Amino acid sequence: MKHKFHNILRWAFYGVIVRPILLIILGFNARHMERLKPRGAHLIAANHNSHLDAMVLMSLFKLSDLPKVKVVAAKDYFCRTPLMTWFSVNVIGVIPIDRGGETENPIQPMMDALDQDCTVIIFPEGSRGDPEQQSPLKYGITKVLEAKPDIQITPVYMYGLGKALPRGEALLVPFVCEINIGEPVNWEGDRTKLIETLQNTFDALKSEMEVKPWQ
Amino acid sequence: MLNFLDNPVHFGIAVVVGLLAAATLIVFALTKAKPNQDFKELTNRIKSWWVMIAIFSIALLSSPIVSVIFFGLISFLALKEYVSVIPLRKADRRVLFWAYLTIPIQYILVATNQYGLFIVFIPVWVFFLLPFRLILTKQTEGFLKSVSAISWGLMVTVFAVSHTAMLMMFPATGGNAAGGSGLILFLVILNQGNDVAQYVWGKMLGKHKIVPDVSPNKTWEGFLGGVGTTMVMAVLFHSFLTPFSIPFALFVGAMLAVTGFIGDVTFSAMKRDLQIKDAGALIPGHGGILDRIDSLSLSAPLFFHTVRFFYY
Repeated sequence: MKHKFHNILRWAFYGVIVRPILLIILGFNARHMERLKPRGAHLIAANHNSHLDAMVLMSLFKLSDLPKVKVVAAKDYFCRTPLMTWFSVNVIGVIPIDRGGETENPIQPMMDALDQDCTVIIFPEGSRGDPEQQSPLKYGITKVLEAKPDIQITPVYMYGLGKALPRGEALLVPFVCEINIGEPVNWEGDRTKLIETLQNTFDALKSEMEVKPWQ
Repeated sequence: MLNFLDNPVHFGIAVVVGLLAAATLIVFALTKAKPNQDFKELTNRIKSWWVMIAIFSIALLSSPIVSVIFFGLISFLALKEYVSVIPLRKADRRVLFWAYLTIPIQYILVATNQYGLFIVFIPVWVFFLLPFRLILTKQTEGFLKSVSAISWGLMVTVFAVSHTAMLMMFPATGGNAAGGSGLILFLVILNQGNDVAQYVWGKMLGKHKIVPDVSPNKTWEGFLGGVGTTMVMAVLFHSFLTPFSIPFALFVGAMLAVTGFIGDVTFSAMKRDLQIKDAGALIPGHGGILDRIDSLSLSAPLFFHTVRFFYY
């Protein structure tokens, strides 16, 4: 019952507020949308530029798929107050991860979500870094795959959100955002190789778009 | 039904829907006759035309305020596409926010029929304030590039497009029962019809390239066919949508065909400079909204002022 209530809140949040605002104010130019289908336990690895990244990725899914999609985000940011925690977890669909290193097994919440057949969105760069400057990918993602080697990863590259709302800015300026979705990547048991494959896919996805970086 | 068509604007839209229905049948017949050929782009275009005409008709028929908001939204989408494809500096980000704010102001001036301020707000006031706001970014490197690019963008996407909405404020007269909405419909039919006619004539007969360095697909045959077709359209539509005489309708038809072509080529030059094919991907088969309204944005103020000078 409580579950249903949260799902309705989430549909309302994304369907009535987030999606219409993002579509009109920003607008997406998405390529290969057909590659982004929910398929049970699955990872989506995206580059990170803006607070909007998570909302935009969630908005790409059909409303009916939303209860099965979660996004990994920093606990210290999204769970500052009990109310924010409730909203982040139940309405936005956040999986809060403790990046301070105090928790014994920080990726456990992700494992739990995957066990429930959820599609989990993660940002392998960790923090947002400088807008539209991709930081090196971190190895956190491989820890999940070492424990769950059958999970596939779909890489998603986004551009423009770091121009619209970069880190440290509160003023949203409309820009059209480019989104490119890659073919799923399989875990082959080698951490370095996976990071390399993901990085190469990001580069290939980026080269397919016409990006205009700041001069 | 007959009463409905008594309204000249309803009748004009009915004619457009009829023409599009005919085009849809032709494309459908083509796909059946040549099943091996790929008509995906063409069918996408036709589908998008249906959507665009539906939205445009609703905007034009519901109420003047809705029409003004509709054109304001077009300006917003066009400016957004424009600033997303041009090279700008990080320091310009906040300036762009102010550039976006000109849209509600300009369209409030349209809705309240403040012609005096409408006509000078962007060319005079924003022209003065925008460089000033850019100075506040304290970055002089690339200053001229940014101020020129943003000013030009505001002129074509906001100032020029708002002239289409401002046509709404021309009242109905004895010679023109349709009033402002008739003039908007006339302008849009001729402008978009000219785009299609130039494309179709060019595909059928095109041989001699007209501006190969800027737009290699444009031909003399397409251009002249477009001028002829648009003049015919002007004669067909002028009697119930405008107060024009036949010679004046012919003149306006030729003018819209030529200025539409120049607008189209101007944007082609811009896109070549930026090394992009389309300005966006909002309209399947057509590209972005800028790709659809490129010819309209430059023609609209010329049409507006020609009509204003001779008839109002």
